Amino acid sequence: MDRVVTVIEDKDVKFVGPEFAGTAWKRGINVRDFIQNNVTPYLGDESFLAAPTKETLALWEEVLRLMKEERAKKGTLDMDTAIISNITSHAPGYINKDLEQIVGLQTDKPLKRALMPFGGIKIAEKACEAYGYKVSPEVHNIFTHYRKTHNEGVFDGYNDNIRKARSAHILTGLPDGYGRGRIIGDYRRVALYGIDALIADRKEQVSTLDHTINEETIRLREELAEQTRALAELKQMAASYGCDISKPSTTAKEAVQAVYFGYLAAVKEQNGAAMSLGRTSTFLDIYIERDLKTGILTEAEAQELIDHLVMKLRMVRFARTPEYNDLFSGDPLWVTESLGGMGVDGRTLVTKSSFRFLHTLTNLGPAPEPNLTVLWSERLPEGFKKYCAHMSITTSSIQYENDDLMRTYWGDDYGIACCVSAMRIGKQMQFFGARANLAKTLLYAINGGRDEVSGKQIGPAFTPITSEVLDYKEVMPRFDAMMEYLAGVYMDALNVIHYMHDKYCYERIEMALHDRDILRTMACGIAGLSIAADSLSAIKFAKVHVKRDERGLATGFDIEGEFPCYGNNDDRVDSIAVDLVERFMKKLKNLKTYRGAVPTQSVLTITSNVVYGKKTGSTPDGRMAGEPFAPGANPMHGRDKKGALASLSSVAKLPYEYSQDGISNTFSIVPGALGKTDHGRKDNLTGLIDGYFESGGHHLNVNVFDRETLLDAMEHPELYPQLTIRVSGYAVNFIKLTREQQLDVVNRTFHKTV
Amino acid sequence: MGVNVEGYVHSVETGGAVDGPGLRFVVFLSGCHLRCLYCHNPDTWHLKDGKKTGVAHLLNEIMLYAHYLKRTGGGVTATGGEPLAQPEFVTALFQGCKAMGLHTALDTNGYLGESATPALLDATDLVMLDIKAFNPEVYKKLTGSDLEPTLRFAERLSEMGKPTWLRYVLVPGWTDDLASISDLAAYAAKLKMAKVEVLPFHKMGEPKWEAMGLPYALKDTQPPSAELVSHVKEIFVSHGLETV
Repeated sequence: MDRVVTVIEDKDVKFVGPEFAGTAWKRGINVRDFIQNNVTPYLGDESFLAAPTKETLALWEEVLRLMKEERAKKGTLDMDTAIISNITSHAPGYINKDLEQIVGLQTDKPLKRALMPFGGIKIAEKACEAYGYKVSPEVHNIFTHYRKTHNEGVFDGYNDNIRKARSAHILTGLPDGYGRGRIIGDYRRVALYGIDALIADRKEQVSTLDHTINEETIRLREELAEQTRALAELKQMAASYGCDISKPSTTAKEAVQAVYFGYLAAVKEQNGAAMSLGRTSTFLDIYIERDLKTGILTEAEAQELIDHLVMKLRMVRFARTPEYNDLFSGDPLWVTESLGGMGVDGRTLVTKSSFRFLHTLTNLGPAPEPNLTVLWSERLPEGFKKYCAHMSITTSSIQYENDDLMRTYWGDDYGIACCVSAMRIGKQMQFFGARANLAKTLLYAINGGRDEVSGKQIGPAFTPITSEVLDYKEVMPRFDAMMEYLAGVYMDALNVIHYMHDKYCYERIEMALHDRDILRTMACGIAGLSIAADSLSAIKFAKVHVKRDERGLATGFDIEGEFPCYGNNDDRVDSIAVDLVERFMKKLKNLKTYRGAVPTQSVLTITSNVVYGKKTGSTPDGRMAGEPFAPGANPMHGRDKKGALASLSSVAKLPYEYSQDGISNTFSIVPGALGKTDHGRKDNLTGLIDGYFESGGHHLNVNVFDRETLLDAMEHPELYPQLTIRVSGYAVNFIKLTREQQLDVVNRTFHKTV
Repeated sequence: MGVNVEGYVHSVETGGAVDGPGLRFVVFLSGCHLRCLYCHNPDTWHLKDGKKTGVAHLLNEIMLYAHYLKRTGGGVTATGGEPLAQPEFVTALFQGCKAMGLHTALDTNGYLGESATPALLDATDLVMLDIKAFNPEVYKKLTGSDLEPTLRFAERLSEMGKPTWLRYVLVPGWTDDLASISDLAAYAAKLKMAKVEVLPFHKMGEPKWEAMGLPYALKDTQPPSAELVSHVKEIFVSHGLETV
């Protein structure tokens, strides 16, 4: 084994580890500097990639068997009911110890779901009961009588206004009963520095807080102490698997293992909505390249390490309730790994390991996790672009995000949390805020703050609109005022939630892998954008007659005449959508946030577009009560009539500046429509992504398949265990979706031409 | 250049990948002299099925997508309907496209080949010539018109060296006579056609016929088998032609 170590004379340099170029990263924690000094950009094609080893195939077969068993047991193989999960709570677990290159499971058995009650005991109990398990009386007792949870804290903090907005579903999916997630620990630090150096760093960070004691520094001191403890536990957990991670990793295998242990500690302790991995492939490539050069690793072995890591990532599980599944269906985790991108110096950050990660979709077959996210730049190497296009066409498992756009905001070492949320790795986190329902807000504006479903007064009791035909000039100011109310009650809710999450369900290990002083964003979001924009367009350009029920509430609309719909590259309505995004963001920006977080917003629904639609009455665009919204920033299906490029162009107009937490667009096309030859299809998809991002688009999910395949999979799920599709911001096993969600996917626009 | 020219446009598709190279902006023009039994756009037969559109307006719209089209070596395809029913409009459209640096493709049945002026062909990078059948009698039964003008146009294109793709719709019971296909292949090879697209008959047009209250003669006709399609492609390949 290569054990060359660096000992530099400079007294400021503390790093003692394997020989790599650069100095700044040795003086203090700076993973980016390490990457910049040691990366080997790869400009070639995929021809170097290796097939899976015999061991990989045998191991994966075992995992597939377990997953099949899991599906047969209503989707949950086994659950813990007595052990409260933390970093060191479980004895080591294995799939098959002899075959595993990379070890570590969340619990003592593969696919067994851990018990994590700190988010909320009731929800943890409900999750167990849904699958026929019961939380032990002892744990129930502790968390009912002695230990408060995040969920209880939140409801102590909520005022009447928030409770009303929440029960009316104008705010939905708030992380008040589940872990907020969307925090990415810089798991690379575990490999690069080793735990001892990271603990030493935390201690030094505390020491600089000695001079002042106030509320802020007390909190920080406590957090740093918690983080230090978590790091020590991480080291202990690794040791239980026979791995010493106290010092820097010296080989590729050690580095992959160390990064995974860091991540594993996080998912042992936090059942977060999205538990993303970060941007690890290019970092790990540096170790792999070195081992390949010195001859201690072959390409097949390098691929095996990545295959085994990815296998583990595909096996992460959380105990979740059926209600959660309605919102975010298909058991998603958002183990998002960001691949590729460009450095600010113009070199690409695509390495052979970017290919190796995508190649797992071939070696292990398609899968929704990890959520493989390509940071796309016009200047990415052609070979990589073509390979991505090829993998999208054959697996529909990849999402693309505009690196040329995001790099100007977040530099060249950011990663994507969840679906579309960019953050500088280890230097930034977000307070996840789900989303507010813009379509319902428009109905509140018309109905004077009364809910069109329940009839209850939820929003402020402004004068309702009483005219028979809606007048744009009358509607718009009221909508604006109602958005103002919405922004306020929304931010209030998020401030309570994140105050309590920090207090009762703090992410010790993830935050231990951050700088002490970080940027926090308050990640708000909107749902129903296309519905609201089309409704306003109908009011402005056609005649919308209101039908009122016996309660006097507008519950039906008759449209006379034509109106432009969002999704046809028509500025008359696209400008309304742009205005709504800017308008709501400006309102959010005016509000005070917990811990000085910077407000941002996303246009992203995940699969909650179905639930949002279900809870929202008929809208002036002609959508009937209960019908799903379009997902994310997508145009409403069937209304984008001018082909794919027009549809993409409408979405690309939404301003990232006002939606820095991301703008999600899901694009589905039948294979034949992308071109007549394999070569042509790859070229056309590449050009399409390039063109979309050049127009300013932020995110694109790419699905390439026939509707008939999906219909067949609905009837014969057993034949499609790995059929993967991209929905708003993530990918799912199609057969794990509820029937309702499946139909929603099937009904969406499938472009028959590009 | 006729920036004021107006034409009847049925619809546009802001992206296509099957009507010429790369990503295409596809313009469906209305008006057609043929009445092909399998027509999948019977709603474009009459000029007035389209909407009167100024060429400048259309070019402005195309400009919005130029960056997509150029990246893939794509461009604009005029189809329909039959674009040569409106030669002046197509000329102005293609001249405008060339000024934007876009590739132009004319998807035509060739029946009105005589209307294709030198100026029109000068602005056309690629002709996709649909020869519906190579046997004149079958052609007549299938389209209601004569084959001869199309062949004359094909020969003219060949003489001037205009890149031309042959498009051949394979309809079981109608255009699957292998001897006739072989003759067509020899003819296409003689004219040095750059590529041959064998398009399997499909029934996507049927609902439109029904909606228009027209009898659909190919109700019982099934799409060709994959074997037949590949066999027909082989015939073209055996004459030294490239097929898709």
